[in-house]
Amino acid sequence: MRTTLKITIAAAAIAGIATTAQAEEKLKVGFIYVGPIGDHGWSYQHDQGRLAIEKALGDKVQTSYLEKVPEGADAERALERLARSGHKLIFATSFGYMDSVIKVAKRHPDVKFEHATGYKRAKNVSTYSARFYEGRYIIGKIAAKVSKKGMAGYIASFPIPEVVRGINAFMLGAQSVNPQFKIKVVWVNSWYDPGKEADAAKVLIAQGADILTQHTDSAAPMQVAEEKGIKAFGQASDMIKFGPKAQLTAVIDDWAPYYVSRTRAVLDGTWKSEDTWGGLAAGMVKMAPYTNMPEDVKKMAQETEEAIRSGKLHPFTGPIYDQDGKLRAKKGEVLSDKVLLGMNWYVKGIDDKLPK
Amino acid sequence: MSGLEAFLLTVIAASTPLLLAALGELVVERAGVLNLGVEGMMATGAVIAFAVALATGSPLLGVLAGALAGAAVALPFVFLTQVLAANQVASGLALALFGLGLSGLIGEGFVGQPGVRLERLHIPGLSDIPFIGPVLFGHDVLVYLSFFMTAAVAWFLFRTRAGLILRAVGTNHTAAHALGHPVRLVRTLAILFGGVMAGLAGAYLSVSYTPQWVEDMTAGRGWIALALVVFATWRPLRVLAGAYLFGAVWILGLHAQAAGYGLPPQFLSALPYLATIAALVLISRNRTLTLTNTPAMIGQPFMPER
Repeated sequence: MRTTLKITIAAAAIAGIATTAQAEEKLKVGFIYVGPIGDHGWSYQHDQGRLAIEKALGDKVQTSYLEKVPEGADAERALERLARSGHKLIFATSFGYMDSVIKVAKRHPDVKFEHATGYKRAKNVSTYSARFYEGRYIIGKIAAKVSKKGMAGYIASFPIPEVVRGINAFMLGAQSVNPQFKIKVVWVNSWYDPGKEADAAKVLIAQGADILTQHTDSAAPMQVAEEKGIKAFGQASDMIKFGPKAQLTAVIDDWAPYYVSRTRAVLDGTWKSEDTWGGLAAGMVKMAPYTNMPEDVKKMAQETEEAIRSGKLHPFTGPIYDQDGKLRAKKGEVLSDKVLLGMNWYVKGIDDKLPK
Repeated sequence: MSGLEAFLLTVIAASTPLLLAALGELVVERAGVLNLGVEGMMATGAVIAFAVALATGSPLLGVLAGALAGAAVALPFVFLTQVLAANQVASGLALALFGLGLSGLIGEGFVGQPGVRLERLHIPGLSDIPFIGPVLFGHDVLVYLSFFMTAAVAWFLFRTRAGLILRAVGTNHTAAHALGHPVRLVRTLAILFGGVMAGLAGAYLSVSYTPQWVEDMTAGRGWIALALVVFATWRPLRVLAGAYLFGAVWILGLHAQAAGYGLPPQFLSALPYLATIAALVLISRNRTLTLTNTPAMIGQPFMPER
C-alpha cells in the first residue's frame, strides 16, 4: 500500500516537472484589467488584444489574465503573482497601475512590463497609449455637419487630460465646419455605469442636443439615441448593434497590432523599453464604418481620416485659443505631445467650466 | 416634450430600481434579518431577465425569471442564516460577491448584444394626452408595480395579521417563538421576498432602463437601496420618498451641469446621497418613533431551543 502511494507521488512529481518543462517552451504573457472583460468597453478591447496574440502566435505563447484588479495595493499583488508564475511579458492596462508596475518591475528584472497610458518607464517597463483624439476630431466634424441644431451632448467621465483632450479635439473638429457649434458636457463621475450614462443622455437630449458622444464605456447612451431617434457616436468598440439607425461611426481602440508586435519582439529578443503613442497611422485607433449620414459627409470624414493618417493634418494645429481667449498655439503651430498629455484647459467656444 | 416632462420621466426611471430593491430589503429587515446581498441578487436578476427575454423574445417572461432568479440566489443565504444560524453580515456580503460573480459568469455570452425592451403601457386616448399621458400612463409594468408594492407592503406590514407576526418576529424572536410562530419560516419567506424584489430591480435595469447586459451593471444600486431602508426607518412610504428624492437630486444635478452653471460634478454626484440622508434624518428625527420602527432583532441569528 505504502509503496503504491510512493509510486503515485513520484509519478505525480515527474508529471509535474514534465508540464513545467513543456510550459517553459511557451512564452507566458499576462494581463491585468481594471474592469470586467464583459464591460464591452475598455477592458473588453484589451482582452480582444490578448486573444489576437493567441491567434497570431498560436502555440508559441500562453496568455492569462486577471480582471477587475483595483488600482493600488491589489494591483501590486496581482502583478507579483503573474511575475512569479513564470510570465515573462505583462501588460498592465490602466493608468492607476503605474507605481505598482514600477515597483514589481524592479523586483523582476527578467520580466518585461508594458503599462498603458502611463508615463513612468524603466529598463524593463514600456509605456503605450493611443491617440484617440484623432478619431474625436473626425467625429466632431461629422457632428457639425449632421446636427440640425448645431449642438452636441458630451457624456464625460472624469476631468483628466485624456478626456479633456477628447472634448477639445471634438470641438476643434466641429468648429472647422461650423464656428458657432456648441457642446454641452455632463460629467457622470464614472467610467462605467449604464444607468447613469443613460440618464445623462436623456438630460442632454432634453436640453436640446441632437447628437451624442461619450467618453464612458457602456452602450447605454447609444440605445437612448436610437430610441429618441437622434444620432450618436460609439465609444471604444463598434456599437452599431445598439444603434443601427443612430450610430454615425465609432472611435475604436485596437490594441491587437501593438500587443502582437510587442509579444513577437519578446520572442525574437528585440524587445526594448519604449514609449508608444500611436493613432490612426499605427492602427491603434480605428473608425467604425461611416453610416447613417449623407454621402458628402461620409466623403469628408474619410478624407479627414486619410489626412490625419498620412500626417497631413494634425487636429491640434493653431491658431488655438483657450476658453479665456489666451493663445495656446500660434497659426500653423502644432501642440506638442507634452502639452497634449497634460491638457487641463478647454478650447474657445466650450461653455462648460472645467472641473478641477 | 416639455422640460418638466422629460425631467419627471428620467427621475422615474432612475428611482424605480432603488424603490423595488429597497422595498424587498425593508420586509427582510422587518423580519429581523440583515441581508447585505441585495447587489448580488440584483445582478443575478438582471442577467437572467436579460437572457430569458432575449431567448424567448418576451421581456415579461424575462422579468418573471429575473424575480425568481433573485430568490433562487438567496437560497444559500437562507441556508446559512436560518438553518446554520451563521453570521448574517458575513453571509450577506458573501451573497453580494457571489451574485456579482455568478452574474458575470452567466452573462459572458450576452455582452455586446442589444436586449429586448419591456413595452411601455399605451392606453389609447389616455396615453396621448400631452404631459399627463406620458407621465402617468406611459410607463412599463415594473414602474406601476413599484408603486403598487409600496402600498401593498405598507398594508401588509401594518394592516394584516401576517404582517404583525412578521414584525413580531423582527422585534423579539424568542417571544414570537414562545407564542408558537414559526420564526425561521417567516424569515425564510421574507428573505425570498427580498430576493424577488431585488431580482425585479435587476430586471428593470436589463430590460427597461438600459436593455443590455454588461457585467456589474447594477453599479452599486443595491447598496444605495440598503442605505435607503435604514434612513427611511423601515417605513415603506419613506422608502418611496427617499428613492424619488435620490433620483430627483441626481437628475437635477445632471441638468445643472448640462445647463452650464459650472457646479463641480464631484459635488453634484455626492449630492443625492447627502440630500437623501439629510431629508430622511429630518423626517425621522423623532427618536421614540424611530426606536419603535427599528427591528430589534436585526442581524441576530435565531436557534430554537431543542
